[in-house]
Amino acid sequence: MTFWSLLTVNSITFGGLLFLLSAGFSLIFGLMRIPNLTHGSLFMLGAYVGATMVGGLIGISTDFWIAALVATIVVAAFGAVIERFLLRQLLGNERAQVLMTLGISLMVADFCLMVWGGDPLNMSTPAHLGGFVRAGPLAFPLYRLAIIVIAMIFAAALWYLLDRTRLGAMIRAGVDDAEMARVVGIRVSRLFTIVFALGAGLAAFAGVIGGPILSVYPGLDQDMLPLALVVVILGGTGSLLGSFVGSLIIGFIYNFGQALLPELAYFVLFLPMLLVLILRPQGLFGRQMP
Amino acid sequence: MATEALALTGIDAYYGDSHVLYDVSFSLGEAKLLGLLGRNGAGKSTSMAVAMGILPPRQGTVSVFGADITGKPPEAVAAQGVALVPQGRRIFKSLSVAENLLVAARPPRKSQSNRWDFDRVYAAFPRLKERQGQAAGLLSGGEQQMLAIGRALMGNPRVLLMDEPSEGLAPQIVAEVMATVKRLKGEGLSIILVEQNAQLVFDVADDIVVLNSGRVVVSGPAATLSHTDLHQHLGVY
Ligand SMILES: Nc1ncnc2c1ncn2[C@@H]1O[C@H](COP(=O)(O)OP(=O)(O)O)[C@@H](O)[C@H]1O
Ligand SMILES: [Mg+2]
Repeated sequence: MTFWSLLTVNSITFGGLLFLLSAGFSLIFGLMRIPNLTHGSLFMLGAYVGATMVGGLIGISTDFWIAALVATIVVAAFGAVIERFLLRQLLGNERAQVLMTLGISLMVADFCLMVWGGDPLNMSTPAHLGGFVRAGPLAFPLYRLAIIVIAMIFAAALWYLLDRTRLGAMIRAGVDDAEMARVVGIRVSRLFTIVFALGAGLAAFAGVIGGPILSVYPGLDQDMLPLALVVVILGGTGSLLGSFVGSLIIGFIYNFGQALLPELAYFVLFLPMLLVLILRPQGLFGRQMP
Repeated sequence: MATEALALTGIDAYYGDSHVLYDVSFSLGEAKLLGLLGRNGAGKSTSMAVAMGILPPRQGTVSVFGADITGKPPEAVAAQGVALVPQGRRIFKSLSVAENLLVAARPPRKSQSNRWDFDRVYAAFPRLKERQGQAAGLLSGGEQQMLAIGRALMGNPRVLLMDEPSEGLAPQIVAEVMATVKRLKGEGLSIILVEQNAQLVFDVADDIVVLNSGRVVVSGPAATLSHTDLHQHLGVY
């Protein structure tokens, strides 16, 4: 009973982190038509920046949430720079852009290794979210529940942005038909920058709040990127609902797979992706690519 | 010389290595309607793509009310007051009807007398108002065409490019579209109407240009062109 309910909470928590990671990945994929292979690196970079600030930079340790905010802004700005000054040079050449994102991810990994070394950084949970929440005989870690709530708030905010604002409608128009969006006067290239920065910031934020659970280590980027990819293939590119549902499904499969079939964890993880690719290539909630 | 609302001069355009437009020149007078005719594959849509900045020409110039816009991207051309109702309508299918109009809205220029906003578009196309919350992809073909026109008007254009707006529509809807075209012309909008069906155009056009294999083969005021001239280039119509 305790085992199962804890596993369930862990699955939803991990699903929440995956949602924060993959929502931006999915939007970038839908709008710019490229899988952003730096997305795992942005997650890791956010986690390192956050962990460093919380752990104490030149002796001064920062409040967890301020650290999360700073890491989010810094990495969002880094994302904007990547889009504006690097990917923009290769506009219209998607294959070269993907290779560029791969190259940047390798450079970020090296940079992190140089700055933070090879040992994992442990990050403590924010003090006020330390304990447990008791429900009858069960006790759930408060911090994991907090992550679920935060992910829900972000999901609602992103839904509002995309579904209820003019900017969101413009982004969706760009996902539908980028050329036609430009014809009606939408500056799609500016949307690229906005969406890339937003996605980078969300990934970094996920990295910080995931830090106390996952710890921060070299290779975290390569552990997270495939998960974002699976979520988006499952849910469909450019669909917020798709990333939401896909993240939950993968959160459960990942945690249950690791707990019950550890030697087959990756097999169990990628099987649904293969099935979706074969049976419904546009994903559960995606549209057919034009 | 009267102001030209839109002028293509000596345009050569390519898709990759394939040469599609050869030294194409024509111009649209202010508050006039130019009928652009030609068989399938003649280069009509390509001419519209060049005018809109979608396909930069390799030779020649494009100008709007005297301003050179050659090589400018579509969003800059839109800012100059050019709007396109594309062939196949290309409405944003996953957006609602209202959102399709919203994303294309652009404030009118100061000198503009007929200003377009949601109310006026809905008044012109009442069915769009009834369906404003619906996903545009669920509209009928005729409604999608109305939406494509309404979307173009939301940009408060001075030049309207319409690429085969009657294609695939029932005769009654075609009549409705043509009535709209006439009204827009009456309000002083400068319009290029691309058609394969010459009869539809002859009713409303001031000038006619016929393309054949990427070249202008006929060009002149509609009143002076004989139907036999057109027969020769368009086949039976
Ligand atoms: N995207 C494209 N890529 C390559 N060739 C094209 C493309 N679009 C049109 N063409 C070719 O250009 C020529 C003119 O096409 P188009 O301008 O669409 O003609 P029309 O609108 O008069 O039917 C045709 O031979 C067509 O096959
Ligand atoms: Mg055509």
